[in-house]
Amino acid sequence: MHPILSHPRQMLLYLVLWIPLTALLGYLFRASGYSVQEVAILLGVLAPLYALMCLLAWYPCRATPLQRAGSVRIAATLTAAAVVIAGTWMFFAMIYVSVLESFESLRGLASHAGMYRMIFGMGLLLYLVWAAYYYVLLTMEASRQLELRATEARVLARDSELRALKAQINPHFIFNSLHSISALTTVDATRAREMCITLADFLRATLGLGQKTIIPLSEELDLVHRYLTVEKIRFGSRLMIEEKVDDVAVDCVIPPLILQPLVENAIQHGVAHLPEGACIRLSITAKDDRLTIAMENNFDPEIKPKKRSGIGLANVRERIAIRYGDAANFQAAADGDLFRVNISLPAARSIA
Amino acid sequence: MNGEPKLRVVIVDDEELARQVLRELAGAHPELEIVAECANGFEAVKAITELKPDLVFLDVQMPKLDGFEVLELTGTNMAIVFATAHDGHALKAFEVHAVDYLLKPFGAERFERALQRARKRIGSPPPPLTQLALAVRPPGQYLDRVVVRDGTRVHIIPTSKLEYVEAQDDYIAIASEGRRYLKQQTISSLEESLDPKCFLRVHRSYIVNLEQVTNIEPYGKDSKVAILKNGTRLPVSRAGYDRLRNVLESR
Repeated sequence: MHPILSHPRQMLLYLVLWIPLTALLGYLFRASGYSVQEVAILLGVLAPLYALMCLLAWYPCRATPLQRAGSVRIAATLTAAAVVIAGTWMFFAMIYVSVLESFESLRGLASHAGMYRMIFGMGLLLYLVWAAYYYVLLTMEASRQLELRATEARVLARDSELRALKAQINPHFIFNSLHSISALTTVDATRAREMCITLADFLRATLGLGQKTIIPLSEELDLVHRYLTVEKIRFGSRLMIEEKVDDVAVDCVIPPLILQPLVENAIQHGVAHLPEGACIRLSITAKDDRLTIAMENNFDPEIKPKKRSGIGLANVRERIAIRYGDAANFQAAADGDLFRVNISLPAARSIA
Repeated sequence: MNGEPKLRVVIVDDEELARQVLRELAGAHPELEIVAECANGFEAVKAITELKPDLVFLDVQMPKLDGFEVLELTGTNMAIVFATAHDGHALKAFEVHAVDYLLKPFGAERFERALQRARKRIGSPPPPLTQLALAVRPPGQYLDRVVVRDGTRVHIIPTSKLEYVEAQDDYIAIASEGRRYLKQQTISSLEESLDPKCFLRVHRSYIVNLEQVTNIEPYGKDSKVAILKNGTRLPVSRAGYDRLRNVLESR
């Protein structure tokens, strides 16, 4: 999209700016000895013609943007374009003058020394002025785009955090846990109290984590352990857990609520569907500046995932993508009766 | 003799502690006799068909078969009380004529109200079975598997492995991987719950899995016959042939 041709207000501004430029040209012609009438006849055609031709200066500028193209390439492109356009203008001026020469009263126009050199020189100069103007427009547009994208990213990040928080506390988990607690009250009051406390700790930690953008892995693991403690009371021996975490990995930082939704997903779609239960294997390693989280769980492949499933996973994937972009990798796939999730993140150790 | 007759109760929930709550609450009522506790849908189907209880407390989300699939296989010739943490199934529960819908966690008071409702229901005629299969299917979705009961054994047939269905009076015969399974259901109600992109009613008495059809040959003056991958020949009516041609051409 041409920034001037496609915007009437810009076009008006452009034409207005050409008035002093034309006056400048007129002054130069007058200084070289042309009469007022001759200047008017010459510039009345040549100035508007060059105003139109300079609109073309946009295209070389767009092709060699300041931020990406090298300075040599920009200089070469601009020089070549300026020579071509100014030369063309000079050529048109020659034709126009030779037409004017055929009129008796205007004979002698071409006799002024250095007229074409002056036209060519002014053409080069004016072209470069407009090229600079286009670069200003391009830079303004680029910075506006950048700001827009930054705002969008911020909104997106906040939205997904909010959604993470909402998706996080699964109401059925709470209701089922409360039901288990109510069952325990008569048979094992101590365990009932313990479960109440663990559930409260879990809820408090989850609500707190939603506010943060990054936490140590150890904190997330604490949350996972609380969650698993509650679920272990519900599912009993049906829920088995194997955990292997590198000592160096626990100091790494991750966005909050990355691990817990994975474990919850494994329980909802794995353990809960298998009468004999299932094993959740979690392994976290830190090596060569990469933090790798690998989780697998058994599931019943005969059961098709229902609509709600995968929201937790999709949310984790999205938040990782927003935070790390291409530097992170998220994979989730079923393999026979095993479901595997693999996340690889840049390993960072301090809270930035 | 006691004033009230004994009620035979089956408890179905995959969580031990949830069964414990029901066991305890039922224990406060001497007229209730718990005849079975089941931890999954298979056990529930077996217990309900063998023991024919008066009252079933049924969880919805369970391994293997969910609560609604259990009812599809056992029928609803008893009072049903759902007990679940999900409030999203209440409408479906109403459609299968459940007497009550307990939301976890629940206490003695709520349990008693459910019991009162159950007592009113017991002895009244059972609701018709045909609507069950419809209720099992979530709105806007088609079945991805069909459950069939053979005595106390349960077969789960993924619809992708279902070859064809034949109507036989009040029953349907479902053909899958060389076996035929009988189920008490009308062919029309099954037809409605199968994805029309994959299954087609080619005849008053036949639904066929389109993936299985290899060839269609003329048969007699007016009708055709569909030949399946396994060699089975199914009659195709004139209307069925039109539908078949429409579907195959639009592919």
